[in-house]
Amino acid sequence: MLLIACPWCGPRDETEFVNGGEAHIDRPTPAESVSDADWAAYLFFHDNPRGWLAERWVHAFGCRQWFNVERDTVTHEIRRVWRLGEPRA
Amino acid sequence: MSGAYSALQLVRNALTGHRGWPKAWRSPQPRPAYDVVIIGGGGHGLATAYYLARNHGVRNVAVLEKGWIGGGNTGRNTTIVRSDYYYPESAAFFDRSVTLYEGLSQDLNFNVMFSQRGMLTIGHSRGEMDFRRKLVNGMRLNGIDLEMVDEAQARAMCPLLNPSPSARYPILGGMVQRRAGTVRHDAVVWGYARAADRLGVDIIQNCAVTGVRRDPVSGAVTGVETTRGLIGAGKVGLAVAGHSSVVAAMAGFRLPLRSYALQAFVSEPLKPVLDMVVSSSVLNIYVSQSDKGGLVLGGNLDPYASYAQRGNPPTMEAVLSGLIEMIPAFSRVRLLRQWAGIVDYAHDSSPVLGLSPVANFFLNCGWGGGGFKAIPAGGETFAHTVATGQPHPLIKAFSLDRFRDQALVDEAAAAGIEH
Ligand SMILES: Cc1cc2nc3c(=O)[nH]c(=O)nc-3n(C[C@H](O)[C@H](O)[C@H](O)COP(=O)(O)OP(=O)(O)OC[C@H]3O[C@@H](n4cnc5c(N)ncnc54)[C@H](O)[C@@H]3O)c2cc1C
Ligand SMILES: [Zn+2]
Repeated sequence: MLLIACPWCGPRDETEFVNGGEAHIDRPTPAESVSDADWAAYLFFHDNPRGWLAERWVHAFGCRQWFNVERDTVTHEIRRVWRLGEPRA
Repeated sequence: MSGAYSALQLVRNALTGHRGWPKAWRSPQPRPAYDVVIIGGGGHGLATAYYLARNHGVRNVAVLEKGWIGGGNTGRNTTIVRSDYYYPESAAFFDRSVTLYEGLSQDLNFNVMFSQRGMLTIGHSRGEMDFRRKLVNGMRLNGIDLEMVDEAQARAMCPLLNPSPSARYPILGGMVQRRAGTVRHDAVVWGYARAADRLGVDIIQNCAVTGVRRDPVSGAVTGVETTRGLIGAGKVGLAVAGHSSVVAAMAGFRLPLRSYALQAFVSEPLKPVLDMVVSSSVLNIYVSQSDKGGLVLGGNLDPYASYAQRGNPPTMEAVLSGLIEMIPAFSRVRLLRQWAGIVDYAHDSSPVLGLSPVANFFLNCGWGGGGFKAIPAGGETFAHTVATGQPHPLIKAFSLDRFRDQALVDEAAAAGIEH
């Protein structure tokens, strides 16, 4: 069971959250001039590392806010939580 | 090298205390280079090597396995084999695989114990029954042996199903594939390994690929760095399941995959109580009984990216709750073991097969939680692809290019199939 520290509500069980995949992926613009390959990269070709991963979570059964988490995909350790809009740093 | 297995050999060895069985495959030192190097000694890697040698005469082949063969998902899966896929491309591919499984024991001279006990997928509402009828009609048009059963028929097949008319998820009937069943997973690994070895393939265990060498000018793959040294390769086939993204990164490209933990569970052995595979996509549970008497069950993925071969308790709880809702009589059964394997999923839950952005580097990945049933056809078509450099007709729809072309084969949405 992960214990995830929501930036608004504090530490809660993982069952209150829903994972939203890789964080900090920018939608390519302007839409009408984005190539098929760039759309595919945006939609499907994400990071899938064995190790540290920056990902989004939503506190679905709590405050319903989205935020970012850095988690190790092998140990599941979480070492950083930050709000949307804050830099990845 | 070992001779063919036969009833006569069995009797002879039984009389001499089973001490005379030769090793089923060699453990050679890696050679400096091979025509083809397959990364990953699971079912897909070993089957590919076998069909390369048998169907294409390509025998200068090595299978490199970082641990022991079958120690990945092929040795961790719940062994359900079926072909109830909705789209014509998937139906053609997976039904070819079931057909190959039907003849595999003979083909490999190794009993893979394909038990075609049938699989029942329950419907819990009028809406779901209508949906399943649509699926069944589509699959029948594709030539797959699916049929609908009503509640009485479903209960006759599986008398233990939740009998309560006031169940939270009542049972109204379902769909059945009678050719579906279970296969002994280790036998598939060992059978392909032995058959490939006998055709000259080198199976090299404890040999992890740590880097991919490419020609600085053409970019084509030229070999792999391993924990047992550099091994040259004319062509490389990738068959490492949940670790596909990791090895692709070594070759310098990304895959549209995410790796997840998928758990399975086995109970204490029971007297025979369940003679088919039963599943529910509403309760997210499927269960069968093994020859040793254990209930073998599984359910949904752990819901976030993971390379931890453990599995987390919330998913465990969900799977076991689903089992007890479907078959309340199992509530007092004790579990013996629980484990997880790392499975790689694409957005459309279909595999990613064929060419890669790197010349002479080929892809066999994206099987997710459903690639055991695909091993014979996966190996057969991947061998063709590697040998000829062109995707086999049965796997064209599953190319990496489909993501750029927005031509997804969206089985997850269409067939409600997770595994
Ligand atoms: C719990 C669970 C239940 C499942 N149930 C079913 C089911 O009922 N029916 C079904 O059809 N499918 C099922 N599956 C899916 C199925 O097990 C897989 O799709 C299938 O086994 C994949 O075979 P493979 O040969 O591609 O991979 P694997 O068997 O995982 O083999 C890949 C091998 O590559 C090796 N490897 C990884 N990285 C490297 C490296 N760098 N160098 C060298 N070697 C490396 C690994 O050690 C591993 O042995 C299930 C999976 C799990 C985890
Ligand atoms: Zn919150």
